[in-house]
Amino acid sequence: MTRETVKTDLIDIIKPYLPEEVMSTEVSEEKHLINDLMINSAHIVDIVLDIEDKFDIMIDDDVIGEMNTVQDSIDVVLQKTAA
Amino acid sequence: MEKHRVVITGLGVVAANAIGVDNYEKALREGKSGIKYWEELNNINLKCQIGGAPDLDSINLSDYLPRLHAEKITNKGIIYAMLSGVEAWKDAGLEPNTEETDYDSGMIFGAGDLSFDSFINRDFPAYPIDNGDSRRLGSRTISECMNSGGAAYLNNILGLGNRVLSNSSACITGSEAVLMGYEYLSQGRADRMICGSTEGDGRYIWAAFDAMRVLCSNSNDNPEFGSRPMSDSSAGFVPSGGSGALDLETLESDKARGAKIYGEVLGGHVNSGGQRQGGTMTAANPHAVQDCIKRAVKAAGIDPKEIDLINGHLTSTKGDPAEIRNWVAALGRSGEDFPMINTPKSMIGHAVAGAGSVELVASVLQLHKNFVHPNLNVENIHPEILSEIFGGCIPTSCQDKEISTIIKANFGFGDLNCALVLRKYKE
Repeated sequence: MTRETVKTDLIDIIKPYLPEEVMSTEVSEEKHLINDLMINSAHIVDIVLDIEDKFDIMIDDDVIGEMNTVQDSIDVVLQKTAA
Repeated sequence: MEKHRVVITGLGVVAANAIGVDNYEKALREGKSGIKYWEELNNINLKCQIGGAPDLDSINLSDYLPRLHAEKITNKGIIYAMLSGVEAWKDAGLEPNTEETDYDSGMIFGAGDLSFDSFINRDFPAYPIDNGDSRRLGSRTISECMNSGGAAYLNNILGLGNRVLSNSSACITGSEAVLMGYEYLSQGRADRMICGSTEGDGRYIWAAFDAMRVLCSNSNDNPEFGSRPMSDSSAGFVPSGGSGALDLETLESDKARGAKIYGEVLGGHVNSGGQRQGGTMTAANPHAVQDCIKRAVKAAGIDPKEIDLINGHLTSTKGDPAEIRNWVAALGRSGEDFPMINTPKSMIGHAVAGAGSVELVASVLQLHKNFVHPNLNVENIHPEILSEIFGGCIPTSCQDKEISTIIKANFGFGDLNCALVLRKYKE
């Protein structure tokens, strides 16, 4: 799995949780999910569940706390799927 | 204290036979049934295998709702509430508040049971908690199961800042919400209130009714014939889901905006039979039903003779003749003097807590557009009904008729009653 394919899938997962005024084209690696993309913090757990389903992985609670940016999230997926 | 007049300025509806007010009016006039056979109910051994579910596949949710709501909410009761509430708000000529909170507007939007079927459309087993997998519940389980979930998600879209309340009173939930909104506005405590109710549909809630043996189980091979209120062969109600919403507004607020008026709420009453004097958890105390209707008429300040149309509760059960007897006794009108009477339930089944509001939208449309929709499937009127009223009072085809005054009632589990009087608006 390449970084680019993970990123594409991740953007698809994130898209429905973006506020109406945030365009999905604004989602880039350095963006912070809550501070930049304005995603309701309550929805981070839903994004994590969607990621788990999509990539067939388990993400522990302490790892969720490290998934601040899009880049962090891609790294977690790549790390878990490589294992 | 000055009492404010309250008018209806917007409508929204999601029903088993139509989504949207224009489609609903057409379906009511045509006598279109939304009742279908459901193989999945057969597979799980329900005796009643028919029901009415609004056809969400016929619309593109993202045309009507924000992205998150359209793509992620799975609870049908909440989806219906958002659709009907947003439609009513926009029909009243209003737009959702984007940045500011609107403290002049509020909402009374009730629900019956949002949790039974909350998980039904999700892609994991129904109740993951007992499998030790509660983390799968995610962030939306509470907000989709809580009884105020319909109102909460609807207000997430609308941004209203006056009273936002979710009542829950079984089958009277919708008419009670409208009555409470009327009372609140008549006191001048807000300019407008979105009032309505919702009920989802699915095998869990329907199975629980099926277990009570109150559903129609003899029409699985002829689903559109299943719901037949006032018929001599009524054999139980046909379950369904849906949501109706009415934008109520003080006359002053309506005039200031120059908004249209569908009709006026003159008054109403809500009461309980106390589960005494023949009333039980599931049966109505007839004294209380009559008291409720009489007080509603009195509160509206009308003479019962002025009533042109009764929109009854009439579930297609053995309770229908008793309901007619109560109307006759409460209004003091019988035989050929009895008003026309109908209910959309022959087309859409019984939407439980959604019923009152979905049916009130039908009442308002008939008042505003001067027609009386048909009752389907009344091949033979129940003899106990014919001994009270003239058979011609029960229309079986759509009739054009000047309608000035309608009385609408619902009766619910817990021995609850609610009646409302609506009138065509005059200066």
